Amino acid sequence: MRIAVVSGKGGAGKTNVAVSLALVASSALVVDCDVEEPNVSLLLKPVILGRVTAFRPTPKINTEACDFCGLCAEVCRFNAIMVLPKTVLVFEKMCKSCGVCSFVCPRKAVHEVQRPIGEIEWGRAGSILYVGGKLNVGEAMPTPLVSQVKKKAEEFEVEITIFDAPPGITCPVVEVLESADYILIVAESTAFGKSDLEIVLEFVENIKTPFGVLENKAGLSRRFLIRELCERRNIPYLGAIPFSEDAARACAEGVPLIEAVEGGWDLFADILSAVRG
Amino acid sequence: MKVCVTAQGPDISSPVDPRFGRARFFIFVDTETMNFEAVENPAAFSGGGAGVRAARLIAEKKAEVVITGRVGPNAQQALEAAGVKVVAGAAGLSVKETIRRFLEGRL
Repeated sequence: MRIAVVSGKGGAGKTNVAVSLALVASSALVVDCDVEEPNVSLLLKPVILGRVTAFRPTPKINTEACDFCGLCAEVCRFNAIMVLPKTVLVFEKMCKSCGVCSFVCPRKAVHEVQRPIGEIEWGRAGSILYVGGKLNVGEAMPTPLVSQVKKKAEEFEVEITIFDAPPGITCPVVEVLESADYILIVAESTAFGKSDLEIVLEFVENIKTPFGVLENKAGLSRRFLIRELCERRNIPYLGAIPFSEDAARACAEGVPLIEAVEGGWDLFADILSAVRG
Repeated sequence: MKVCVTAQGPDISSPVDPRFGRARFFIFVDTETMNFEAVENPAAFSGGGAGVRAARLIAEKKAEVVITGRVGPNAQQALEAAGVKVVAGAAGLSVKETIRRFLEGRL
């Protein structure tokens, strides 16, 4: 079963929930898809067994074969190429690796070279397997790396895969959701968390994947804001994890939520049961 | 000389558009005669790389100078490579007045 852990709001507790679910499942793969700001390894503390550079293809112009006709720049939908009288500029970070430029070049002057965009690593913490990615600073597009991280994760045969998605609902998150059998939405029990949950629901309610909402930091505002919303809109509600200052301090030190919260192991066992349905 | 000014409207009395890549219009002006040509920006609705697309147009039109509010890093690189001088910081005036000040060195 592949579970994607998402949230509208950053800091709602996705990574903590993802790692805690893996710990209670006792045998699982956690995949850190938040390649811009990966945090899974801070909580899981895996032993890293491998690390590779991730690449994506980008055009390189052979200026000796090129006659500066400008066709490649014209066909590039992403404005990543500019042809000048004697040189060609390639804006590598705008390139989406579609390959059209090399395909149309009448002089076969466009070659694809591999450009490094980040890293992929993998390892284990006891019986919990880990795969993660980290995007190089300055890269404009996380989605291609997310896709490569997912591909690496497929190499491991496990019963449960838990994807820690980036926050929000943009392209890299959609890339994660495409592989999910179940979407677990973590919502912070505050006005901000509720508002951001509504944005996620706008998307998730329109796709066929089963989903449920987990209310985190319940008690932080005076009402169970998330439970109220789910009851009102008939949305599957997985339960609430209570907020406590002690738990918050423990998490801040890198203790996983399942250990930081009183009764955490039972709580997460129930959540996992509800998810597995 | 031939200069290009980013504009919010299609003529020389239109206000300057402080953006480059997503400016509504480019006004190309021959500073000797003040003859001008307004071109709608083909990059205005680009998903990305608007600055690069706009720079391509400027280069094709052979303008020597671009006068605008600000230019992003991609457009800056593209315009420099094309040998086009960039004068930034223009805002709040008409295209005509902006050119006058530029020629007087007061921009």
